[in-house]
Amino acid sequence: MDFELSEEQRLIKDSVERLLADQYDFETRKTYMEAPDGFSRELWGKYAELGLLGLPFEERFGGFGGGPVETMIVAEAFGRALALEPFLATVVLGGGLLRHGGSDEQRAALLPKIGDGSLLLAFAHSERQSRYHLADVGTSARRDGRRFVLDGAKTLVLHGEAADKFLVSARISGDRRESAGIGLFLVDAGAPGVSRRGYQTIDGQRAAEVTLAKVAVEPQAVIGKPGEAFGLIRRVVDEAVAALCAEAVGAMAAMQELTVEYLKTRKQFGVPIGTFQVLQHRAVDMLIALEQARSMALLATMMVAEENEAERHKTIAAAKVQIGRSGRLVGQQAIQLHGGIGMTMEYKVGHYFKRVTAIDTMFGDADHHLAEVGRAGGLVEAK
Amino acid sequence: MDLRFTDEELAFRDEVREFMRTKLPEKTRQKIIEGRHLDKDDIVNWQRILNAKGWAVPNWPVEWGGQNWTSVQQYIWLDELQQAPAPSPLAFNVSMVGPVIAQFGNEAQKKKFLPRCANLDDWWCQGFSEPGAGSDLASLKTSAKREGDQYVVNGQKTWTTLAQYADWIFCLVRTDPAAKKQSGISFLLIDMKTPGITVRPIVTIDGGREVNEVFFDDVKVPVENRVGEENRGWDYAKFLLGNERTGIARVGMSKERVRRLKELAAMERDGDKPLIEDERFRAKLAAIEVELKALEMTQLRVVAEARRNGDKPDPKSSILKIKGSEIQQSITELLLELVGPYALPYQPEYIEDERWNEPPVGPEWAASLAPGYFNYRKVSIYGGSNEIQHNIIAKAILGF
Repeated sequence: MDFELSEEQRLIKDSVERLLADQYDFETRKTYMEAPDGFSRELWGKYAELGLLGLPFEERFGGFGGGPVETMIVAEAFGRALALEPFLATVVLGGGLLRHGGSDEQRAALLPKIGDGSLLLAFAHSERQSRYHLADVGTSARRDGRRFVLDGAKTLVLHGEAADKFLVSARISGDRRESAGIGLFLVDAGAPGVSRRGYQTIDGQRAAEVTLAKVAVEPQAVIGKPGEAFGLIRRVVDEAVAALCAEAVGAMAAMQELTVEYLKTRKQFGVPIGTFQVLQHRAVDMLIALEQARSMALLATMMVAEENEAERHKTIAAAKVQIGRSGRLVGQQAIQLHGGIGMTMEYKVGHYFKRVTAIDTMFGDADHHLAEVGRAGGLVEAK
Repeated sequence: MDLRFTDEELAFRDEVREFMRTKLPEKTRQKIIEGRHLDKDDIVNWQRILNAKGWAVPNWPVEWGGQNWTSVQQYIWLDELQQAPAPSPLAFNVSMVGPVIAQFGNEAQKKKFLPRCANLDDWWCQGFSEPGAGSDLASLKTSAKREGDQYVVNGQKTWTTLAQYADWIFCLVRTDPAAKKQSGISFLLIDMKTPGITVRPIVTIDGGREVNEVFFDDVKVPVENRVGEENRGWDYAKFLLGNERTGIARVGMSKERVRRLKELAAMERDGDKPLIEDERFRAKLAAIEVELKALEMTQLRVVAEARRNGDKPDPKSSILKIKGSEIQQSITELLLELVGPYALPYQPEYIEDERWNEPPVGPEWAASLAPGYFNYRKVSIYGGSNEIQHNIIAKAILGF
C-alpha cells in the first residue's frame, strides 16, 4: 500500500504545476477566457511540448504510456489553476474513446495528432431529455448501404465549438434508453449537415449545441462494433469522472488555502477574524471535506484500471458522490468565510466555487451517483 | 502509487481472519452482532485468547509482548478484529496505561504490572475526568498530598468507564497546588481495593451502566506507585492521549454495523417490499457507505504516512476521530429508523443479562437498537469531544 508518486510522476507534477503557476495568474486567465476559443491556443501548444496531451497514449502512437495517476496529476493541477484548455474533452474523453475503442488505423491516424496539439476533439453525447442517463440516446444512426446517416441534436458538448472532430453517439437500434444498440461515430466538425452553436458555461468554460441533419458517416469512421458502444462510453465516462474528481480536489484545495489565508489576514474588531473559534471550526470542516474528497479521488484513480466493471463503476460513482458533497461544502463555506469579497466576480474564490459546482453537474451529480451506489448494493461487501 | 496490500500483508490478513473465525467464542460474537452487552468474562476470556497468541498488546515494546508490526499490520489486525466482530482488547490496559508504564515506569513497575495488564489479570480503569474538569482536563483538583512514603488522595473522578470491574485505576492527581495548571500534576496507580475508594454508578440515557463516579477519601497510595517524576504527569497523559492514532476511526466496526444494517433491512418489510428496496432508505445507507469508504481511505493515508514518519503522533488522527464518530452515530441513527415502532419497548434485561430467557416484545433483533442509538451519542463526546478535535486541527494543521 503506497500513496506516493513515482520519480517520473513527481517530475510531471512539478513541470505542469510550474507551467500553470507561471502562465495562469488570475488576470491572464481572463484574457484566455475572452479569446475566441475560450482558452489559450498558445498554452495548448506548450502542453503538447511538455508531453501532457499524449500522456495516456501508447508510445507507438506518439504517447508516453502514462496511466490514470498521470491523468490525475494533470487534472488536479488544472483544478488548482482553473485552467480552461480542453484537456478533458480532447485527451480524456475523445482520446479515451479512441484509445479504448478505435481500430489500429484510427488510433494511428488520430492519437499522434492529439499528442502534438493539432487535433481537438469533443464528445457529442448528451441530449435534451437525457439528464444523467448515459444510455439515453435519441439521435439516430440509419444504415445506408455501408454508410450510416446521423440525425439528431446533441447538447452541452464540452468544447464543441473549437473541436475539429466530434465523437457522436447515436442509436442504431433499440428503445431510446436501452444500453444495447448505441453506436459511436467520428464526425468532422465541418461535415455537411453538422451545425453548432457555442456558448460560455457558468464556470467560464465553453460548450456547444450540435445539430446533425442527415450527416453521412463512412464505415472507416465508425468506432468499434456498431451498436455495442455503450460499454466503451461507460468506461471512458468513468475515466472522465475520475479525472473530474481530481480536478475538483485541486480546486477545493485552492479554496481551502485561500480561505485560511484570508482568515489570518482580514481584521475586524481589531483582530484577525481567524482568532474567532466559530470561523476556525468552519475552516476545519472545509479541511475534513477536502481530505475525504481527496481520499475518494485517489481511490477513483486507482479504480480506473479495475477490470471488474461493476466494481469500477460503483466505486467511481461513490467518489463522485463525495466530490459533489465536499465541493458544495467547501465552496459555500469559502464564499461565506470571505464575506462580501467572496461574492465579487473580480475575486478568485468564487470562480473555484463555480467550477466545483459545474463539476457536480457533469456526468451525474451526487444524488444520481448515490442512487447508482445503492442500486449496486453499496460498498461494504457481504461476508 | 498502489493501494493494494502486498502479498505478505494479504497473507497476514488471512491469518488474522482465520484466527478470528476459529478462536473467537461464538457467544461473544453473537452478542456483539445483536448489540447485547458483554459481561466481564466475555472480555477477559477473549483478551486471554489473544494474549496466548501474542496479539493482545501488539503495540507495546517487544520485550513486554509487543509485535513490532508495521502500521499497516496494526491496521489489518484491528480492522479484522472489529469486523469479526470481536471485542477490542481493553483500551485502558492496552492503549493507555500499558504504554505509559512501558515508556515511563521503572523496572519494578514494569515487571509488576505489564504482564498482568496484557493478560487482563488486572482490569484497569481511567481516572482523568472530574466534575469540574472535562474538556479542560488540566483544571483537575483531586489532590495527592505527600506524607512520608505515601500519598494521601482526596477528590472525585467521573465518567470512569467500567470501574465496577476494575482492579486498578490510573489517575491524574494534583501534587503541587501552587504550580501552574499543567505543571503540578502526577500520574498515580491506585489499587481499587484501597480503603477510602467508593464507586457509584452513573446510569446513562440508554439505561446502561458503563460509567461511574469514583470518590477518594483519604486514600493512601505508596509513592512507589507513582509513574515517572512527580509533577510530570501531564506529559505522560499527553503521551497516552497521543498514542491513539488511527484505531480511533473504528472503520472495521462500522463496516460490521453496515453489514448488520443491510441484513436487517433485507428482512424488515415496509408494505410489500423489504426496506432495503426503498429508494430513500437505500440512499441514506449508500451515503453512509460512501463516507465510510472515504474515511477508510483517509485512514490508510494516515497509516501509510505513519509508516514513513516513524509513527509520530499525527494531528490528522483528529479528522479520523471526528469522521469516525459521526459515521458510527449515523449508523445507529439509521438502525433506529429501521426498527421503526419497535424502538419503543424498553427491555434492558434482554440486552444486559445473558441468562434472561423471556422472549422480547417485537423482533429479537430490535431490542438493542434504540438503546444503541442513545448510547452512541457518547462517541462524539469522549476521547476529546469533536469540538476539541476541531480546536486541535485548527491549531496543529491550519496554524490558527
